[in-house]
Amino acid sequence: MLVVACIKQVPDTTQVQIDPVTNTLVREGIPFIVNPYDTHAVEAALRLKDEFGFRVAAISMGPPNAEATLRRALAWGVDQAILLSDRAFGGADTLATSRVLAAAIERLSAEEEVGVVICGKQTIDGDTAQVGPGIATRLDLEQLTLVDRVEAFDQKGRTIRVRRKLEGRHEIVEAPLPVLLTVVRELNRPRYPSVPMRLASQEAEVQVWDNKVLKLNVEEIGLKGSPTWVSRIFSPERDKGEIVGDGVNDPEGAADLLIQKMLEKDLLTV
Amino acid sequence: MTSHTTLFAPLLIASVAFFCFSLYRRLALVRLGQPEDRFDHPGRRLQEMLRYAFAQLRVVQRPFGLNHFVIFWSFMILALANAEFLVNGVIPQASLAALPEGVHHLLLLAFDFVSIFALVAVCFSLARRLFFKPDYLDSRYVKARSLEGFLILLFIALLMVAYFGMHGALLAMGEDPGAAPFMPVSRFTASLLAPFGNQLPGVAELFWWIHALVLCAFICLLPRSKHMHIITAIPNCYFGSLEQPNTQPRERFEKGETFGVGQVDGFTWKDLFDGFSCTECGRCQDACPANNTGKPLNPRQIVHAIKMNLMENADDLAAGKKPHLPLIGAEGEGTNTEDAIWSCTTCGACMEVCPVLIEQMPKIVKMRRHLVETEARFPEELLNLFENMEQRSNPWGIAPSERTKWHGPMDVQRFEAGQTEYLLYVGCAGSFDSRTKHVTVALATVLNAAGISWGILGKDEKCCGDSLRRLGNEYLFDKMAKENAALFTERGVKKVIVLCPHCLNTLKNDYRQYGLDLEVVHHSELIESLLEAGRIKLHDGAKELGKVAYHDPCYLGRHNKVYDAPRAVVAAATGKAPAEMERNRDNSFCCGAGGGRMWMEEHQGDRVNHHRVDETLKQSPDTVCVACPYCMTMFEDGLKDRGKPEVRVRDIAEIVAEGLRPKA
Repeated sequence: MLVVACIKQVPDTTQVQIDPVTNTLVREGIPFIVNPYDTHAVEAALRLKDEFGFRVAAISMGPPNAEATLRRALAWGVDQAILLSDRAFGGADTLATSRVLAAAIERLSAEEEVGVVICGKQTIDGDTAQVGPGIATRLDLEQLTLVDRVEAFDQKGRTIRVRRKLEGRHEIVEAPLPVLLTVVRELNRPRYPSVPMRLASQEAEVQVWDNKVLKLNVEEIGLKGSPTWVSRIFSPERDKGEIVGDGVNDPEGAADLLIQKMLEKDLLTV
Repeated sequence: MTSHTTLFAPLLIASVAFFCFSLYRRLALVRLGQPEDRFDHPGRRLQEMLRYAFAQLRVVQRPFGLNHFVIFWSFMILALANAEFLVNGVIPQASLAALPEGVHHLLLLAFDFVSIFALVAVCFSLARRLFFKPDYLDSRYVKARSLEGFLILLFIALLMVAYFGMHGALLAMGEDPGAAPFMPVSRFTASLLAPFGNQLPGVAELFWWIHALVLCAFICLLPRSKHMHIITAIPNCYFGSLEQPNTQPRERFEKGETFGVGQVDGFTWKDLFDGFSCTECGRCQDACPANNTGKPLNPRQIVHAIKMNLMENADDLAAGKKPHLPLIGAEGEGTNTEDAIWSCTTCGACMEVCPVLIEQMPKIVKMRRHLVETEARFPEELLNLFENMEQRSNPWGIAPSERTKWHGPMDVQRFEAGQTEYLLYVGCAGSFDSRTKHVTVALATVLNAAGISWGILGKDEKCCGDSLRRLGNEYLFDKMAKENAALFTERGVKKVIVLCPHCLNTLKNDYRQYGLDLEVVHHSELIESLLEAGRIKLHDGAKELGKVAYHDPCYLGRHNKVYDAPRAVVAAATGKAPAEMERNRDNSFCCGAGGGRMWMEEHQGDRVNHHRVDETLKQSPDTVCVACPYCMTMFEDGLKDRGKPEVRVRDIAEIVAEGLRPKA
């Protein structure tokens, strides 16, 4: 069985600034990282590999330099890395992206049965959380989103039971394979690549699939296939904060006030 | 006494053969280690050997070491007497008596005196072991070998007694009356033995045999016990590290290489030789902050475990098999627990006190390298640190664009080669840590007051990588060091001011391995020279700080030998020399944050900073002066924990900055 982890290279958003004139992201000199949620997706896939001996493939759609992200996945221990890269894929929204990823997974499944597809809950640059469900829809997979624990994986019965992290509660759900999971950070602690694995990953093959391989209708992918587009990016005006309470003279009162405010905002539960 | 030749000769030959065999067996094990060049600079090495092995400089730093000094030198002088004894026992014609009479008598006088000194010293040692044994003499596995200690002391005592017995008996028989005036102690034993009358030849014979048998037993025991140090300690001092400080070597990151040491033959031959040079005196154990606070690390045990692991796995290694006893991770005498390996603060106290220059700390870092680089196994809190370092080049993962926020509205120039004299390398703590940012501002104020030309790299500054190197993540350190070396070269940086001793050590010493020869100065050194040159005019603002106690940071003091400058600065600013803690200067006690421990939880034992804070509070200071951001954190936390938040912690730059203004 093949487990597919979908990963994305994203700009380190803590370092991204918005150009006040053009209202676009200033990407120059900003380092790229593996989307943090996706690191948990890869880890989840590798744990299935460790336990059941499945093969793991990591796929990523992006420009040629996104190869670095796939090399990182190879260093973590994935068996196969595929970069989906073509000018025709560029400018895609979540719908067009999910079409390309779904086509790649379909192509993989022609050679080996894909039992589980795992995505991060969302990316830190787009924050839509739509690509995972989009892939599930395109491929007609069961979708289990916001997974924070894999409760059981039944290889024989071909089912998976997971816990979903919802606001204020958890939900335990079970689905038959094949299945798509989107995962949250609480799911696991990603492993750290050893040096031998890093060195091996530098020499390992990253396959590149372009649209000649995937043969998708160019009207359905990239900018052309995207019904949504970004018209403007801007930093929201933030109201100036105010200092409440008197932490210097009345620290206990200030602490009480803080707790009160946190309870009001549902940041604390009693 | 020619009669014993026939019996003694085969006995001696057998003992010497056994000695050579045992010694060869052990030293052959050392050859399983990796190559390391410790044969360079013979002149300097000879000096080190004379200082530490022959003059016993480290040994005598503790009062009881004087006793060892006496035994050592008795041993050296009596080696001649014993050599004569052994040769003479086989070839009766060979004797020191063949020397000119004056020389011979002088030697006899020396032997007589030295023997009684040795006897007294050995009695002291026995008494110490029996009645006032210091805690650090024992460790988990050493108690079992206390018997060995007693046996050796007994052997030495017996040799001395036999020497006096034999010579006393001979003198009482009236042999060599010309020598009698030169043997006062033997003359005394002669008077005691005189009543034996015509049985004296038998008494002399008896003592001769005691001497002979003990000597042979000693020869046989030597290479099989911790007293092997008698043979190995002197060369160990010769082959000691000439690197000051003792930093970690680079690694090659190529396929097929091994990373760190996970199997005993991954250590260098010198690492293994250290094991056979250890006398188990326990001084490293006594100095170690981890050991002092109930952590599972004992530097002596690290050295001992490596030796035992080597001996236990000798057959496997010789046969090219995987060793059956793991070096890391098992329980027992010849293995190291991971907890022990992670407890080290790399403060260097163990190496500073070792009388025979054993290098404990580098061995620990080598094993950390194996765990991090090959096994990717480490305490979980380090994962964030490693990722933050790799992605954002600082321990907290703060955006590099925030590196300049420390100076607020202050006008700070960028470093420009040719226009700016010094680069102020702010460092991660100086840039991001809310408390240390005040130190950076204070330092900037002082530099401006002195009219120094300085600038910063701003957002382009990167972490130096100190914690990564000490934690064994050499792969990432290597990457960061290369980036920094390229950056410094590109910007034409030559002179650097740092406010963190860890940056100091890394930039100044570690980066030399990357071809970067910078003139790096810690702010305490620079401020001292500025004060000396009269470029800083101090008022008496710093006098309000009250009684100031100074804490030596390990990486400023022990590792880089800067002890006087910070003290001089405090004295100049406050008008009074700082109060000294019980353990100070090269004997200073770590705050607990070095070696990457800053980023780890302290789950076991007491907190190291609590011990240091308690020691500091004995001086009842109003202010603790530190010179390192890590020490700052550890002291502030420790003082809060101990209910003493009113005791201020100030960096040396802050004290000087206070001194710039008049008293309020």
